Amino acid sequence: MRRSVALTAIATIGLTGSVFASQIAPENVTFVDDIEVPISLTGQAGDAAKGREWYAGRKLGNCLACHATTDLNELPFHGEVGPAMDGVADRYEEAQLRAILVNSKKVFGDQTIMPGFYVVNPGARTAGDFQGQTIMSAQQIEDVIAYLKTLTE
Amino acid sequence: MKCGGKGSLRWGAGLALASLLVGAGAAYGEPNDNKLVIDGQTLTTEAAAPEGVELDKLYSGWRFRSPETQELQTDDFENPAMVAVDQGAELWGTVDGSAGKSCMSCHGEAEASMKGVRAGYPKWSDKRGKPHTLETQINECRTDRMEADAWKWESSNMLGMTAFVGLQSRGMPVKVQTDGPMAQWHAKGKELYFTRVGQLNMSCANCHQENYGKMIRADHLSQGHINGFPVYRLKWGGLGSSHRRFKGCMENIRATPFKRGSDEFVALELYLASRGAGLSVETPSVRN
Ligand code: HEC
Ligand code: HEC
Repeated sequence: MRRSVALTAIATIGLTGSVFASQIAPENVTFVDDIEVPISLTGQAGDAAKGREWYAGRKLGNCLACHATTDLNELPFHGEVGPAMDGVADRYEEAQLRAILVNSKKVFGDQTIMPGFYVVNPGARTAGDFQGQTIMSAQQIEDVIAYLKTLTE
Repeated sequence: MKCGGKGSLRWGAGLALASLLVGAGAAYGEPNDNKLVIDGQTLTTEAAAPEGVELDKLYSGWRFRSPETQELQTDDFENPAMVAVDQGAELWGTVDGSAGKSCMSCHGEAEASMKGVRAGYPKWSDKRGKPHTLETQINECRTDRMEADAWKWESSNMLGMTAFVGLQSRGMPVKVQTDGPMAQWHAKGKELYFTRVGQLNMSCANCHQENYGKMIRADHLSQGHINGFPVYRLKWGGLGSSHRRFKGCMENIRATPFKRGSDEFVALELYLASRGAGLSVETPSVRN
């Protein structure tokens, strides 16, 4: 009994220490000139292989729904609502990609159809399960950025 | 700002590219040129945009479907919605309720009395002090005149009946009242159409006005008209009302949808009907 309480306590400290302490909350992300977010949202590097999954995943980034991407030609149904992502790493710095992902509206203007992936309750009537939630987590955003950085031409 | 010469150059190039591609969007996703002919009758699937609607031209959703799906709608023997239409036709003549009446008792043959009806709904009702949809009008007949139970919005009886009544207007241009007492409902529907909702923070206009013709994942975006409703959707395996479609689109953008038959969806239905004015009624159409 005593042992399990102690274990839980350690686990909790471990979690707080490694995941939450250095994570920047959505409302605290600092933009430079509306087009750059220079600092990693988690203080950790992203994982490009995971990012590739989040990018294609329908329940996550679902980036492929709008952006055709040659690197993902093994998957069907690339959208054409946004520009193709081939060579995107040659066009943007990491800080700019982060700004676009966190809140596309800051970068492209309010009219853009592209969702902001690290903002909370942007639209009216957000459905219950999604209230107060960002579309992707801070680490997932970093992972997708790492993946985008592999898209050079 | 840490943005050196190289950074800002790249930035500029990126933006230019983005706007180029976005601007050129319509080029790679035009509606196809097929003609919709059913039983020798040619339906109007493109029309001039009504005043105040920011579209170059109106196109029926049928024009964005694959040739295989399109074909199902060109032949009434292949159209899977016709089973429900037959059900509606039978209900038309079936006595129900304590007044001992059927629709036929008051309206006679639907082929004559219901011609043009679908094209003009939603329609103002003085009695209700708000617009009637075809569904609420049918239910008013059932409860007040037939003294029968109201049907549920998405029940097979209601869908069969709205499909059967709608079919009597097939080929006629959609034309709804938007002035007088309808003006504020129209305005409300327009406001809803352009309001961004949900975690994805999108409006109907984002997809159906600004990006129609393009692929969004596996879907070819249409202008989102309602001239074919109720539609038979292969995905649903049956008929569905326009309000069911609105609900689905809102859920896809992770918004809490309004209820079927709510004032909001009635207003949206009216506004959408007015956006599609001049297109032929296609009820019952087939979609994927
Ligand atoms: C619903 C559509 C949509 C989705 C989903 C979407 N985007 Fe976009 N994206 C756009 C559009 C449209 C633009 C072009 C800017 C504009 O005009 O609004 C854009 C622009 C971009 C750009 C700049 C591209 C360039 O070459 O200038 C990047 C980078 C980008 N998106 C990444 C992503 C990533 C990563 C995701 C998923 C996590 C994503 N987008 C999801 C629509 C979308
Ligand atoms: C994220 C994109 C998106 C948004 C936002 C969206 N829709 Fe849709 N809608 C679709 C797709 C995809 C389809 C299926 C293909 C098509 O017909 O466009 C569709 C279909 C429809 C149809 C059926 C058209 C037909 O001919 O069968 C209607 C009506 C419609 N939408 C209305 C709406 C309304 C009203 C809203 C706002 C409440 C809305 N949509 C928001 C993507 C969207």
